[in-house]
Amino acid sequence: MPLDSGMRQGFNNRNPANRDSAGRRSAAPLRAVAALLLPILLSGCGTVLMNPSGDVAIQQRNLIIMSTVLMLLIIVPVIVLTLVFARRYRADNKDAVYDPDWHHSTQLEVVIWSAPLAIIIALGAITWLATHTLDPYRPLTRLDASRPLPPDVKHLDIQVVALDWKWLFFYPEQGIATVNELVAPVDVPVSFKITSATVMNSFFIPALAGQVYAMAGMQTQLHAVINREGVYNGFSANYSGAGFSRMNFAFHGMSQQGFDQWVAKVKEGGKPLDRAGYLELEKPSERTPVQHFASVENGLYDAVLNMCVTPGKMCMSEMHHIDAMGGAGLESHGNRERLQYDNLRMQEGHEAPGATYPASGRAPRDNDVQPEGMSPKSNAPETNQPQPGPDAHQGHAMPNAPDGSAPAQLNNKTNE
Amino acid sequence: MTAHTENRLAENRPAELDAGAEAPVFYDTDEHGHHPESGTMLGFWIYLMSDALIFAVLFATYGVLSRRYAAGPSPADLFDLPLVALNTALLLFSSITYGVAMLEAEKRRMGLTLFWLGLTGVFGLAFLGIELYEFHHMISEGAGPWRSAFLSAFFALVGTHGLHVTFGIIWLVTLMFQLPMHGFIPENHRRLMCLGMFWHFLDVIWIGVFTFVYLMGVLLA
Amino acid sequence: MFSNPDLAQILFGRLTWEAIPYHEPILIATFIAVALGGIALMGAVTWFGKWGYLWNEWFTSVDHKKIGIMYGILAIIMLLRGFADAIMMLTQKAIAFGPNEGYLPPHHFDQVFTAHGVIMIFFFAMPLITAVMNLIMPLQIGARDVAFPFLNNLSFWMTAGGAAITMLSLFVGEFARTGWLAYPPLSGADYSPGVGVDYYIWGLQVAGVGTTLSGINLIATIVKMRAPGMTMMKMPVFTWTTLCANVLIVAAFPVLTATLALLTLDRYVGTHFFTNDLGGNPMMYINLIWIWGHPEVYILILPAFGIFSEVVSTFSGKRLFGYASMVYATVVITILSYLVWLHHFFTMGSGASVNAFFGITTMIISIPTGAKIFNWLFTMYRGRIRFEVPMLWTIGFMVTFVIGGMTGVLLAVPPADFVLHNGLFLIAHFHNVIIGGVVFGLLAGINYWWPKAFGFKLDSFWGKTSFWFWLIGFYVTFMPMYVLGLMGVTRRLNHFDDPSLQIWFIISTLGACLIALGIASFIVQIVVSILRRDQLRDVTGDPWQGRTLEWATSSPPPAYNFAFTPVIHDLDAWWDMKRRGHAAPRDGYRPIHMPRNTPTGVILAGFSTVLAFALIWYIWWLAAVAAIGLLVTSIAHTFNYKRDYYIPAEEVMRTETRRARAMAAAE
Repeated sequence: MPLDSGMRQGFNNRNPANRDSAGRRSAAPLRAVAALLLPILLSGCGTVLMNPSGDVAIQQRNLIIMSTVLMLLIIVPVIVLTLVFARRYRADNKDAVYDPDWHHSTQLEVVIWSAPLAIIIALGAITWLATHTLDPYRPLTRLDASRPLPPDVKHLDIQVVALDWKWLFFYPEQGIATVNELVAPVDVPVSFKITSATVMNSFFIPALAGQVYAMAGMQTQLHAVINREGVYNGFSANYSGAGFSRMNFAFHGMSQQGFDQWVAKVKEGGKPLDRAGYLELEKPSERTPVQHFASVENGLYDAVLNMCVTPGKMCMSEMHHIDAMGGAGLESHGNRERLQYDNLRMQEGHEAPGATYPASGRAPRDNDVQPEGMSPKSNAPETNQPQPGPDAHQGHAMPNAPDGSAPAQLNNKTNE
Repeated sequence: MTAHTENRLAENRPAELDAGAEAPVFYDTDEHGHHPESGTMLGFWIYLMSDALIFAVLFATYGVLSRRYAAGPSPADLFDLPLVALNTALLLFSSITYGVAMLEAEKRRMGLTLFWLGLTGVFGLAFLGIELYEFHHMISEGAGPWRSAFLSAFFALVGTHGLHVTFGIIWLVTLMFQLPMHGFIPENHRRLMCLGMFWHFLDVIWIGVFTFVYLMGVLLA
Repeated sequence: MFSNPDLAQILFGRLTWEAIPYHEPILIATFIAVALGGIALMGAVTWFGKWGYLWNEWFTSVDHKKIGIMYGILAIIMLLRGFADAIMMLTQKAIAFGPNEGYLPPHHFDQVFTAHGVIMIFFFAMPLITAVMNLIMPLQIGARDVAFPFLNNLSFWMTAGGAAITMLSLFVGEFARTGWLAYPPLSGADYSPGVGVDYYIWGLQVAGVGTTLSGINLIATIVKMRAPGMTMMKMPVFTWTTLCANVLIVAAFPVLTATLALLTLDRYVGTHFFTNDLGGNPMMYINLIWIWGHPEVYILILPAFGIFSEVVSTFSGKRLFGYASMVYATVVITILSYLVWLHHFFTMGSGASVNAFFGITTMIISIPTGAKIFNWLFTMYRGRIRFEVPMLWTIGFMVTFVIGGMTGVLLAVPPADFVLHNGLFLIAHFHNVIIGGVVFGLLAGINYWWPKAFGFKLDSFWGKTSFWFWLIGFYVTFMPMYVLGLMGVTRRLNHFDDPSLQIWFIISTLGACLIALGIASFIVQIVVSILRRDQLRDVTGDPWQGRTLEWATSSPPPAYNFAFTPVIHDLDAWWDMKRRGHAAPRDGYRPIHMPRNTPTGVILAGFSTVLAFALIWYIWWLAAVAAIGLLVTSIAHTFNYKRDYYIPAEEVMRTETRRARAMAAAE
C-alpha cells in the first residue's frame, strides 16, 4: 500500500518547523486568491439574482447556492491540493519523497472516481426534483416559503409578445394592453403566455423568475409570483437584432389596490388596439416609449400567435389542422401566399435604421414606410381578401377558427 | 535513492542508465512498405460514415418536417410509386453490375470490367434522369422546395442523394479512363474498391429513402 | 463603374462600391495597416527571393510537421484579429452608459461579437489544436507521416481559405450580425438579407470540409500507422485524446455541414427548414447546431487534456498516474458529449423531465473530468516538479479550470440555468473553461513542443511573463463577469443604463488589457527566442527529459521522422528506451518511402475560396467557373499516379551522421 504510507509521509510526518514555514509560504498565494475573491463574493450577494423579489427566483437562488456549496466540497480541496503538491514536490525540495514509478493505486482510483460520483448523485437528485418543482409550465403551489397558495386564489393571466424591439403585454381579463410596461399585484400568481411576432427572444425579469424563450408561431409559458412591491428590470435575454440592447421594460410589483388603479388609468387614458394598430406597432422600432391601450380587438393575441393578423392570412392553427388531415392537395397554390409571413417585412420594407446598411448591399428603405396610422400597403391585393378565398380545400379546415384556437404548437413536445 | 534519481535526470545519458539490464529490440531495422493499403480503405470507410451522418441529419430533418405540408400537397398527392419503384430497381441493378465489374476486375479482364462499369454508369444515369423528371414534374405542379417545409426536406434529402450519384458517375467515368491507362495496378484496384463502397453506400441510403420517404409517405398517409 | 446596371449585376452580382466600407474610419485604418503589412511582407519575400522556397518547401508541402507549423501561424494571426474584436467589445461596454452611446453602433458591434466568437473557435482554437495534433501525434506513434499526406495539405488550405473568407468580410461587405451560431429566423433571408450571414456560412463550410478531412486523416493515422508494439493501451495520452477528438470531429462536423447547408438553402433557394412560416421549424436548427456544438467544445478540450497529461508527467519526472482511468475517462467524455446538447437551451420550454435528463447527463461528464484532474494531481504527488513554463500553464489550468467546471455544472441545473442562461455568467463560465482549459493547454503545448518543432527552446523569462499576465488578466477580466451575470446582465448588449454596472466593465476591460500584454509577451517570447536561438539550441532532441517517442528523434525531426521505426515495449516508450539502454543503429540505413509535395491542395482550396466569394456576392458566372475548376483539378489530380519517392539511404545516412556528430560535440 504505497499510497497510504506515502500519504502519511507526505502529510503527517513532516517536522514541525518545516510545516510552519511551508504552511506560511503556501498560504500566501491562497490569501491572495481569497483577497481577490472576497470582494467578488460580497458584491455577488447584493445582486438581483442573489437577492430577488419573487418566490420562484428565490428558489432558483437557493438552488444556485446549494449546488455551489456542494461542489465546493470537492473544488476547494482540489485547488488546495494542487497548490500544496506544487509547492511540496518542487524540484529543489530535496526533502520530499520522490517515487518516479508510482503510478497506480486501486484504492486511490476508486476514491477519485467515487468522490465526484457521490457529489453528482446528490446534485443529480436535487436537479431532478428542482427541475420538476420549478418547471416554468407548472402552476405555482405556494406564494412563498411560508405561505401555500390560498385555495380561492385567482391567477392573473398575461400574454406576452416579443416584437422588434419592444414588448407587448395583453391583459385578457382586464381587456387592456401595454407596450414596455408590465404591472402585476404582489402575492398574486401570474401566468404568462409568451410568443414572438418576429425572431426568437427571451422573456426575462431576473427579480421575478427565470427566463423563457419567445418564439413566433409558438407559445411558451411561465408561472411566477412577485412578493415585494417595487420596480424591476425586464428585458430580452436573447439577441434579436439591431435594437436588442434597448429592448427593456419596467416591471412594477404593486399592491392589489395600486394594480386596480393602474388598470383603471390605462382604461381611461389609452387608445384602442385593433389589428391595423397592431400591424403598425409591429414594425421594427427602437427605444419605444411606454404605450397604453384601453381596449384590445377580440382575438388579437391569438391572431398574433397564429401569425395571421394581416387580413387574408391563414392562421397557423388552421394550417396545422389541414396538415393533420393530410394536406390540401395539389390545387392549393393560393395557400402559399396566405401563409407567407417572414418576407412580409422584406416586401414592405419595414426595417429599423440599423438593420440595413450600405454594406449589406441593399439600400435602406425608410422612404417606403407607410404614414402613421395607415394599414400596410398590400403587396398582392388579390391574395389579401378576407376568407373565404379561392382555395378549394378550405372546407375541411374550418373547425379551428382563429379566435380562441389552441396554441399553434405544443412547444414542450417538439424539441426533444 | 533520491540523489540517485537526480543523477539520472541530470545526465540523461541513456546508455548509462541501468547498465546491464537486458535491452530488447528498440529499432525495426528491417522494415519495408510505407502506407498500408488498408489505411486508404479505412479512411474511405470513415469518410462514408461521416457522409452517412449528413444523411442522418437530412433524414431526421425529414422526419421532423414530413407532415408540415403548409396546407399544400402531401406525399399521397405527389409521389408516383411505380416510377420510384422502377428507379429503385435501376439503382439496385447498378449495384449488381458494379459487383460483376469487380468480379471481372479480380479476373483481370479489362474489356468485361469496362463493359460492366459502363452498364453501371448507364443505370446510374437512367436513375438520375428519372429523378430529374420527377423533380421537374413536381415543380411544374407547384410543389417545389419552397412550397412547404415537407417539400423542402424532401428535395434536400433526395437531391443530396442524387448529387452523390452524380459524383459517383463522374468518378466512374474517370476510372474507366484510368483503368486502361494503367491496367490492374494496386492503385486502380483500390480505387475500384472505394468507388464500390461508395456506390453500395448510395444504394443503402436509397433503400432508406425509398422506405421512409416514398413507401411510408404514401402508404401511411 | 458601369453605366449599364444589368451588365454590372451580371459581372459583379450584388457587389458594388457601396460594399467597401470607406466611410468607416476604424476599418479604413485597419485596412491600411493590413495592406501595408501585407505589401511589406510580400516585398520582403520577393526581395529575398523566397517565393520559390515558400511554394516548394511550405505551401505545397505534405510534411505533417510543416503543415502543423502553418496551422499554428494561421491560428496566431487569427488570434490577433479575434482578440482585437474582444477589446473593441469590452471598451464599448465600458463606456456606453446612459447618454454615452460608445463608439460602436449596433450595426458594427453586432458584427464584432459574432466575428469574435467565430474566429476564436473556428480559426484560432481549432487550427491551433490541429497544429499540435498534426505536428506531434505522428511523432508520438513513431510514424513517418499521416495516413493521407495530400489530404493533410488540402485540409490546411481549406481552413486557411475559410479564414480568408471570414477576414475578407471586414473590408468587402459585412459579417453576420447574428451571434456565433447564427440562430434562425434571425439568420434567415428575411431578417438578415445582407451578405453577412453568407460570409459566415461559406467561411465555415470551406473550413469545415478541411476539418472533417483532417479528422478522417488523423484517425486513420492512429489506427493504422502506430509503430510496432504500440498497442492501444500503450499509446501516449495525447495520442488517445487526439484520437477521441478526431472521432468527435468526424462524428460532429458533418452535422454542422448539413445544418449550414439547410440554412443556405433557406437563404438561397427559399426553402422552409428554419423559417417561421410554411411549416419551418427554427428550433430544429438550434438542436442540430448544438448536436455539433457541444462535441465541438470537447474537440477543443480533449487534446488540451492530453497536452496537460504529457506536461505534468514529464515535468514531475514521473509516470502519469492512472493511465488506464485517464483513457477510460477520455472515452467516456467522448461518448457523453453527444448526450448533453439540450443543456444549451433549457429555456426553450422542453418538459421538466427532458431538461432534467440533459442536466444530469451534463453533470455526469464532470465525473470523468474530475477523475482526470485527480490523476494529474497524483502525478505531481511524489514527483520532482520542475517549474518550466509548460508546467506553470498546467498548474494555472488546474486551479482555473475547476472553477469553470464548477460554474458549468451549476449551469447544468436547469432551474439555475433559467436565471443564468444567456447572461454574462455564462460568458464568464465558457471563457473560464476555454481560456483556462484550451488556451492554457495550447500555450503549455507550444512551450513544451516548440523545441521539437524548431530545434531550440522558447525563452523562459518571456514565457513566464506571458503566463502571469494571462493568468492574472484572465481573473481580472472574467471574475467581474460572474458578478455581472449575478446582477442579471445579459450578453451581446452594447449599451447600459444602470451606472452601477460600469465599474465592473471597466475592471473587466483592464483585465483584457493584461491579457493583451500576455499575448504581446508571447509574441516577444517567440521573437526573442528566434534571435537567441543559438543559446537556446537543443541538439539532443530531448530537452525536457521526455517520456514519449517524439523526443526520440532529432529537433527538428528530419523529413522522415525516424531513420528506423522504433519498437515499443512500454507506455512511456522513450523513457523505457533510455532506461534500458537503447542503441540507435549507426548503419544499415534503407531508402525511405515518402510522399511527394503537390500544389493540388492549394489550387483546390483556392477554387473553393473563389467559389465561396462568388456565391456570397451572387456572381454566378464566377461560381460556375470556380466549381468547374474544382471538378477539373480534382479529376486531374487522380490522373497523377506518381505521388511518392524514396529518400536514398545515403541521404538518411548523412542526416543521421550529422546529428550524431552534433550531439557528440555538445557533450
